[in-house]
Amino acid sequence: MSLCYAYYPGCSGLGTSLEYDTSTRALCESLGIELVEIPDWNCCGSTPAHAVDHLLSACLVGRNLGIADDMAEERKLDGILTPCPSCLKNLKTTQHRLADPEFHRKVELVVGRTLTADLPIKSVLQMLVEDLGLEALAKLVQKPLAGLKVVPYYGCIMIRPPQIMQFDDPENPMALDNLLAELGAEVLPFALKTDCCGASLGTTRKDVIAKLSGRILDAAEEAGADAIVTACPLCQLNLDMRQSQINKANHSGHNMPVFYYTQLAGLAAGQGETSTMMDKLCVSPRPLLASLAGRTGEGA
Amino acid sequence: MSSSPKTFDSEFIAEVQRESEQNLALCYQCGNCTAGCPVSFAYDYPVNQIMRLVQAGRKQEALSSHAIWLCASCETCTTRCPNDIDVARIMDVLRHMARREDIVSEKAVGAFWKAFLESVEKHGRVFELGLMANYVSKTGRMFTDVDLAPMALRKGKLGLRAHDIKKLAEIRGIFDRYREQKQ
Ligand code: SF4
Ligand code: SF4
Repeated sequence: MSLCYAYYPGCSGLGTSLEYDTSTRALCESLGIELVEIPDWNCCGSTPAHAVDHLLSACLVGRNLGIADDMAEERKLDGILTPCPSCLKNLKTTQHRLADPEFHRKVELVVGRTLTADLPIKSVLQMLVEDLGLEALAKLVQKPLAGLKVVPYYGCIMIRPPQIMQFDDPENPMALDNLLAELGAEVLPFALKTDCCGASLGTTRKDVIAKLSGRILDAAEEAGADAIVTACPLCQLNLDMRQSQINKANHSGHNMPVFYYTQLAGLAAGQGETSTMMDKLCVSPRPLLASLAGRTGEGA
Repeated sequence: MSSSPKTFDSEFIAEVQRESEQNLALCYQCGNCTAGCPVSFAYDYPVNQIMRLVQAGRKQEALSSHAIWLCASCETCTTRCPNDIDVARIMDVLRHMARREDIVSEKAVGAFWKAFLESVEKHGRVFELGLMANYVSKTGRMFTDVDLAPMALRKGKLGLRAHDIKKLAEIRGIFDRYREQKQ
């Protein structure tokens, strides 16, 4: 039975994380997983909405859940998927809070429709691990990432708080580790895998980002990694696009590519540039990927 | 808006409990939340002290702290609290209350969130370039990421067009009804 989901790309997929959205869709397609974009979806409000008001946050999310309800009436869906942990947390928190009848009623009044909102909500990563199974992903691998040393960086909220997110171990998650190993990469132990990058303080408090994201880059380098692999648009942006700012603030000289795991999966599956969009990364991975070809040759 | 701040405000404690649905009395100041908090180094009060201020009904100090605006919502405190207190939710609620009282100790953070939500109300989705322009006009600060702009533009990562949703009226309706509810 093939899997089919309502897909919520999130705003960053339209701009700063275009390569995440594109490589996610390409990967799912090659795995035979059908993603049906939630038509006319709106922004979930991200951190600003829940920081300003929980009702507003739930109502912005609620409209999207309502459209997904309509989709589920028309065809069988296995759930709602999003690649973005911040969107995921908002979707799941709202679904959780809607269990309170009084809150549910308030949200329906503001959204202006009834809400069922009972579809399972998962990240694309969680779906790959739990619904599809990593063996299916392994079958796709044509060019294993042999010789590529990576640290998996989950960020903080894909698995937290555990009561809501219900995925993997909140202190030592392994989903991304296991996935990258299936792709043939060498996954190094990484103590900071769930430490915060500074999240959305990038625009307002660069000192916080320089310290937190800087620490992650330092630790990755110290671990001997060639690259960091992430599943979060905000983490990726802070570590990659802001890497030069961080270097300047910390007097460091990092030149560390920061991939989305979906890009590497696409690469291992033999997909080309239109799907993996490696050229979108600010720290160019070209020299690394070129040297990788050489390394694999040596090993053979 | 109270003119002379009370040192023990029991109404405040009740309000935080009601809005966060958390039992503040459960906090026994173990410090686990602070130990894991990544932004602690930039806080004026570490998060366990914020909890203490709330328990002690010290409304003014809690709501005028910088900490509540610098919190990255990383959920580490909530995950590690031995008493299952949703500490991050309490930080959220304190921000809600501070905003209602017009106390925003980190002006830039407040302005950025406001600009973000205005973008959502206007387009249904976040339009990053418009958001930044709005943020700059609100704070009077230069575009602090100006050094990143050439790279972002070259990579096509700073959309020049807004991606408006089709049923914008639905979003406007949500914001309008939300405001009515809150009155
Ligand atoms: S971890 Fe929980 S109990 Fe311990 S100080 Fe923080 S809020 Fe209080
Ligand atoms: S949610 Fe906020 S207070 Fe809690 S650990 Fe994270 S940054 Fe600190």
